[in-house]
Amino acid sequence: MLKQIEGSRAVAEAVALCRPDVICAYPISPQTHIVEGLGELVKDGTLTPCEFINVESEFAAMSVAIGSSATGARTYTATASQGLLFMAEAVYNASGLGLPIVMTVANRAIGAPINIWNDHSDSMSQRDSGWIQLFAESNQEALDLHIQAFKLAEELSMPVMVCMDGFILTHAYERVDMPAQAEVDAFLPPYEPRQVLDPAEPVSIGAMVGPEAFMEVRYLAHAKQLSALEVIPRIAHEFQQRFGRRSGGLVRGYRCEDAETIVVALGSVIGTLKDTVDDMRERGVLIGVLGLQSFRPFPLAAVRAALQHAKRVVVLEKSFSVGLGGVVSTDVRLALSGLQLHGYTVVAGLGGRAITKASLERTLREAIADKLPSLTFMDLDWRIVNRQLEREAQVRRSGPIAENLLRDVGTVASKVS
Amino acid sequence: MNAPVKFYQTGTFTVGNRLLAPEQRSVQASTERSNSLNSGHRACQGCGEALGARYAVDAAMRATGNRLIAANATGCLEVFSTPYPETSWQLPWIHSLFGNVAAVGTGIAAALKVKAAKAGLGQSAVRVLAQGGDGGTTDIGFGCLSGMFERNDDVLYICYDNEAYMNTGVQRSSATPYAARTATTMAVGAEPGAERGKGKNLPLIAMAHQIPYVATATVADLRDLEAKVEKAMTIHGARYLHILVPCPLGWGSASHDTIKLARLARETGIFPVFEAEHGEVTAVTKIRHRVPVDEYLRPQKRFAHLFGKEVAAQAPAAPAAQGGASVLARPGAGAGQGHPEMLARIQADADRNIRRFKLLDEPEVH
Amino acid sequence: MLQIRIHGRGGQGVVTAAEMLSIAAFHQGRHAQAFPSFGSERTGAPVVAFCRIDDAEIRLREPILAPDVLIVQDPTLLHQVDVFQGLHAEGYVLINSQRSFHDLGLADIEQRYRHERLATVPATEIALRHLGRPLPNAVLLGGFAALSGLISLDAVGHAIRAKFAGKVAQANVAAAAEAYAFVRQELEDLAHAQAD
Repeated sequence: MLKQIEGSRAVAEAVALCRPDVICAYPISPQTHIVEGLGELVKDGTLTPCEFINVESEFAAMSVAIGSSATGARTYTATASQGLLFMAEAVYNASGLGLPIVMTVANRAIGAPINIWNDHSDSMSQRDSGWIQLFAESNQEALDLHIQAFKLAEELSMPVMVCMDGFILTHAYERVDMPAQAEVDAFLPPYEPRQVLDPAEPVSIGAMVGPEAFMEVRYLAHAKQLSALEVIPRIAHEFQQRFGRRSGGLVRGYRCEDAETIVVALGSVIGTLKDTVDDMRERGVLIGVLGLQSFRPFPLAAVRAALQHAKRVVVLEKSFSVGLGGVVSTDVRLALSGLQLHGYTVVAGLGGRAITKASLERTLREAIADKLPSLTFMDLDWRIVNRQLEREAQVRRSGPIAENLLRDVGTVASKVS
Repeated sequence: MNAPVKFYQTGTFTVGNRLLAPEQRSVQASTERSNSLNSGHRACQGCGEALGARYAVDAAMRATGNRLIAANATGCLEVFSTPYPETSWQLPWIHSLFGNVAAVGTGIAAALKVKAAKAGLGQSAVRVLAQGGDGGTTDIGFGCLSGMFERNDDVLYICYDNEAYMNTGVQRSSATPYAARTATTMAVGAEPGAERGKGKNLPLIAMAHQIPYVATATVADLRDLEAKVEKAMTIHGARYLHILVPCPLGWGSASHDTIKLARLARETGIFPVFEAEHGEVTAVTKIRHRVPVDEYLRPQKRFAHLFGKEVAAQAPAAPAAQGGASVLARPGAGAGQGHPEMLARIQADADRNIRRFKLLDEPEVH
Repeated sequence: MLQIRIHGRGGQGVVTAAEMLSIAAFHQGRHAQAFPSFGSERTGAPVVAFCRIDDAEIRLREPILAPDVLIVQDPTLLHQVDVFQGLHAEGYVLINSQRSFHDLGLADIEQRYRHERLATVPATEIALRHLGRPLPNAVLLGGFAALSGLISLDAVGHAIRAKFAGKVAQANVAAAAEAYAFVRQELEDLAHAQAD
């Protein structure tokens, strides 16, 4: 059924359709509306039977999820940014134990400096944790991915995080097509655990593993994620057959077939890039977009296949590795090793800075003209950066960086965007 | 001779409890006991925690008709009970992390509740036990524990308190008592051992959450321990049991003194044994034969610096499982004189406990 | 694509206004996207919300820098924030005020844009009468429907009822209708004046 609702609400309703047994979450912007929505659905009896637990921290949230999932219950939680870091130990524990928990990460920057707006640094910080990481381009895809995520997680016995841009998607009202309960029930059968805490058949879960077997246990996690490279497209295909639309999968190209320049990106910025590409195509530029829906497992083969005929690849990412450069671009480069093409890393949108069509077009034209450095920070205000560097060069007690920069920027309230 | 034998004369050590009527015998006396912590685990000789856990879990199993799931924090119990590739546990058991066992327990209880609802039952027949040491309970696990308490989740939490982070080499925790030597509160300087004015009282904190049942116990009164576990399992909601479990290695005591030290902790007033419901004390185990704190402290090398004796050159090495740093003892600053002023404070603390919990029938003023 | 930017202060329901606008457009079978500018939320602080309406799927995610429509819920912002930044030459402007553009000190704005696309409406006063509270957001949507014809009053009513319930919804619908009539009248007067 078509609805015009907030992205968070769409996710809450989709998760509810998946009939989770236990939902446990700790509030953090910008995930709050998702959890509030689910809390309401449980309290008013729409989603039943379901235990909705208000936990005391994100670490508790993931820990409760571990206990619940190990007992054979379909379990869900959601977080962002600082919360994801706070539960990091439990995040690794959940995947190490092979528990099919589904978690929404409403992508938000990580402090310091504290910032509540969107970028991908939170999910990226956990890219090695063993969780599957799926990224949604739109609110429709966000809700669809949650339904696919439970199926994927339970089939593989591996936790899945569905990443959606905080505020940009979570707080946007959009048209979505919400599936019916019967359709979701037919697509997603009840959870059949591979391991379960059951007095009838006692097992010990979580023993220490020494040097004798640790490598093998960890290798199996890697092998499982590699097998996901087949399972993810298969589930996306099943989803398309049942629900009638493409959502998820590994990668999705837009106008890449004859493109000389291809921009690679994750999340909602793909939408803006598509509009930018259409504008540039109208003016004769052979350019396309490759969206990555699966970041972990990283679809090396699919990315290579999509990019290998291009002359240049621009990876536009809302993340970066301090002291190195791109995060996504590093993985993309791996996919392209051995190929002769120009590669550019554009770090953009950190901490919620708007990514505009105008800036994108300007940056892409520079790349096409081979004037773009291999690593750039889009729309960086060099003036205030240089002022701070001068400040630090002149005096030891130069003060907190954030305050200095904000003073230079001036009051924000009077600005429109 | 047919004079009736008073229980305290023989206590728990009566072989097979044969002198007791069957219904009064301990769980351990029964051949039907679940033996949930099976033999073959790697605990040290004289380990109080192994003893306490065996009694507690078997009692919980009997009380629940063997329908119990246990979650365990990282620590001595978890490590010595699951030496890869073996496990001693005969019940469904999960170890997640160091600081989250109360939350894992919450999750298990929630899942069981939903499963019961799906089966058309009012509540699950399967119960949940979350257990950990003092480190995992009073420090790193404190947040999750408080959360479980305030939500009144249906979990029995058992803390095996040996008063330090034993598995990593005897470091101080917030359960470490005043003046005790640990690897991070060395017996040197003007005030050797653990500093004055620090630490937490978990049973009191549990009571402050007004949860249905809080109790303390020791491995000296194993029958009492079993009874408290079984009582806890008749109650639904958040329950907390704090068990004093001497650690010969960490305390520097003889492995055959474990039970004796636990009894002395009770009889000095250092460790009050009581029960509380919804924040109010409901029962207290009276001190039968009061003794001065010295008697409890002397057999433990971790308090040797208080007595001014020649301290042994080295304490035994810590358990090997997690790093195995050894705890080196050095002669305390007061070697030769001891620290009578510190002893006096410990005695005063014990006196206060006796007053506060009414551990003696007649007021015995020191 | 139609791009609408709404300015106001925290607590005046600016974000809800954008959301209602998107629901109204949805009701009329169109695609719509509504989102707030993501500043720190604080009662009284300047707030901006955006709404895009189109007949095709909306993929663009940037803030609205070149709006076709401006709705200003709080006139005290007019000389504090550059609300007119980027407004299209053919743009619509609706300001919540009892005063005229001229009296608001916006004579130069008036001159630059098409007169029949500019209007003020005393939305706060209308709201006070119908709702008992100074919440002009739904009221202004009624005014916008009249000003532009790009959204129907019926769709606005539908959107109000989707967001509010019972008496509050009814009162908002009535208030929106009054604003609609007010702006219609204002435009007719303007047309007559120009005809003279």
